[in-house]
Amino acid sequence: MNLRRDVFQAIADPTRRAILLLVASQSMTAGAIASNFNTARPTVSKHLQILTECELLEQTQNGREIYYHFNAKKMKEVADFIEPFRKMWDERFNKLETIMKKYKAK
Amino acid sequence: MEQKTKITAEEGRQEMTITRDFDLPLDLLFKAYVDPDILEQWMTSKVIRLESKKNGSYRLEKKDDKGNVVFRAHGVIHEFIPDSKIVRTFEMDNTPFGVQLEIYAFEKLTGDTSRLDMHVIYESVEQRDQVMKLAFTQGINWAHNHLEEVLRKSK
Repeated sequence: MNLRRDVFQAIADPTRRAILLLVASQSMTAGAIASNFNTARPTVSKHLQILTECELLEQTQNGREIYYHFNAKKMKEVADFIEPFRKMWDERFNKLETIMKKYKAK
Repeated sequence: MEQKTKITAEEGRQEMTITRDFDLPLDLLFKAYVDPDILEQWMTSKVIRLESKKNGSYRLEKKDDKGNVVFRAHGVIHEFIPDSKIVRTFEMDNTPFGVQLEIYAFEKLTGDTSRLDMHVIYESVEQRDQVMKLAFTQGINWAHNHLEEVLRKSK
């Protein structure tokens, strides 16, 4: 479960979420990603390292450049983890709604 | 697709918010939390006690088909403002999840719609995560039980 915890930590940070959104549309180099933020380059590198370690980003070497890709499969795993809990409440609330609609009609 | 129930649970925090918009007028939504017979129906737990007032307490219980208690929970009501707010504690008996503080805000949206905002605070980040994982594990168990049943019937 440690891996999952790290993923949650990774997406809890607003800058890292912004990086994921950016890379989701196209693969980018670290330099190109950093140019979108006012943060210092080493800070962006640290964020990229964390995102890569928890597999939300993947790297590919293209000549001398390293490109970062968004790993949608990993992201889905995170969503799936919260999803059962959300669904449990959603079903419970749906039930409440149905019962009260009948109650109202009485 | 728009999701009716939204959950916000940031990593590293011992709290979460659950927000839901209902196709119900505010008074009916609130009633579902106060009337023991109604609460029983949608919570699928038996209401042993429910004192909907400041400093009141409540107890819920759930039994399986054989009459074994599978779930028991209790708490005290810290604040009770009709059609507006409930602050209560919630604790499951014989579990390691500790006590949680629940702040319910009921809000009128239109004459026919209303919103519930649940703010739940746990003793620790670990306990919050454990409670969330419980649903994840239960989901697996349910799927497993369902599969067993299907297999049994197909024999």
